[in-house]
Amino acid sequence: MNAVIYVVGGILALAAGLALYRAVLGPSILDRVLALDVVLAVIGAALVLNMVVNRHLDNLILLVTISLIGFIGSVTVARFVTDRK
Amino acid sequence: MVQDVVVSVLLIGGALMSLAAGVGLVRFPDLLSRMHAATKPQVLGLLLFLLALAVENGSWLLVPILVLCWVFQLLTSPVSAHMVGRAGYRTRHLRRDLLTLDELDDVVTRAAAAPGHEQERPGSPAGDAEAGAPGDAATTGEDTGTGGPGAGSPRRGAPGGATTRGESGRSS
Amino acid sequence: MSRQRIPLITELPLVIWLVLVWGALWQDFGVGNLVFGAIIAYGVVNFFYLPPVELTGRFNVFWLVPFIGRFLVQLVTASVQVFWLGLTRGPELRNAVVAVELRSSSDFLVTATGHALSLIPGSLVLEVDRSTSTLYLHCLNVLTDEDAQDIREEVRATEAWLIRIMGTRTDLDALLAEERA
Repeated sequence: MNAVIYVVGGILALAAGLALYRAVLGPSILDRVLALDVVLAVIGAALVLNMVVNRHLDNLILLVTISLIGFIGSVTVARFVTDRK
Repeated sequence: MVQDVVVSVLLIGGALMSLAAGVGLVRFPDLLSRMHAATKPQVLGLLLFLLALAVENGSWLLVPILVLCWVFQLLTSPVSAHMVGRAGYRTRHLRRDLLTLDELDDVVTRAAAAPGHEQERPGSPAGDAEAGAPGDAATTGEDTGTGGPGAGSPRRGAPGGATTRGESGRSS
Repeated sequence: MSRQRIPLITELPLVIWLVLVWGALWQDFGVGNLVFGAIIAYGVVNFFYLPPVELTGRFNVFWLVPFIGRFLVQLVTASVQVFWLGLTRGPELRNAVVAVELRSSSDFLVTATGHALSLIPGSLVLEVDRSTSTLYLHCLNVLTDEDAQDIREEVRATEAWLIRIMGTRTDLDALLAEERA
C-alpha cells in the first residue's frame, strides 16, 4: 500500500508538471486556461489521495468547491476571449 | 487485503488518467485536440478516485456526497469545455490543415456570404480564408515544431486581420 | 419586479434536487434535516428566479440503468483510446468538425445529448444550431468519410437512448416508427 501511494503521488506530480509546462508554453490564453483546469483536477485527485491515506473526510467539501471554481474560471475566460474579438 | 488491492488499482487508474491528460496536453497539436485530453481526469479520473475513497471508507453514508461531487463535475465540465471550444473556434485557435472535414466552416462561410458581402465581391470571404490559410498554417506549424512560445502571435493576429479585411470589403 | 408565477409542479424536480444536495452536503438524511432543507430550497427557488426548465413529462428508469452502463463502457474505452493516440500519434493527429442533425427539437433533449457526447473524450460540441437542432462536433482521429459517418450514427444512437429515457411522447413515437420501417 505504501509503495502504491508513492507511485500514485509520482504519477500525479508528473501529470501536474506536464500540464504546467503547457500552461507556461501557451500559445494562447485558452490553452493556459485548459492546462490550469487539468492542474485543478490533479489537485482534486491529490486531495482524495490525502483522504485515503490519512483516513479522514475533511476535504470532501473542498472537492465540490474545486469543481465549481474550475467551471466559473474557464467560463469567464472563454466569454472574455469571445467578447474581446 | 482484497480491499487494499482494489483501492490501489483504482488509485493507479485515476492517476494514469491524469497522466494521460498531461501527455495529451503536451503532445496534441492544437487547442481543440488538447481539450479532448483534458476531459479525462475531470470525468473518469475523478470517478476512479471517488470509487477508491468509497471502497476504502466502506460507509454508505458517504455515497450521496460522492455522487453529488461527480454529478457536479458531469454537469459543469461539458459546459466549460463547450465555452472554451467555441471561443477557440471563433477566434481561430485551431489549425485548419489538421481538419479532414469541417462542416461548420461551410455553414459559416455561406452565412457570411449571404447578407451584404456578395454584391461587391462574390465569394470573397472564402477566397480570403483560403489565401490566408497556407501562410498561417506554415508559421504555426514551424512554431509548434520548435515549441516556440510565440506561436500565438500569428494566430492571434488572424482574427484582427479578418475583421479589417471584412470592413474594407464593406466600405469599398 | 413583475414576472409570471410558475406553478409548483414544474419547480418540483428542482426543489427535490436541492433537497438532495442539502442532505448530501450535511451527510444526514434524517426527516428534520430534509424538511428544513425543503423550506430553504423553496425559498431559494422563489428568491433566485430562474427561467423554468421544460421537462418532457416522461421518465423511464428501466432504460436509464443500461444507458448508464453503456455510457461508462464508452467512457473507459474512449479514455484509453485517447491516451493511446496521445502516446503513439501525438502531433500527427487528424481531426474533423462533423455536423449531426438530431431528431428531436426539444431544447432539453438536445442539451442532454450534447452533454453526454462532450463527457466522452473524443467528441466535443463546438456549436449548436437550435433552429434545426444540429450539433457541430469536433472529433479526434477522423481520417475518412466513413469515420465521420460512424460518428453520425453513434450520435444518433445516443440520442435514441435518451429519447427512450426522457423524450417527449411524439419523439418516442417517431423513433419507434423509424425503427419499424
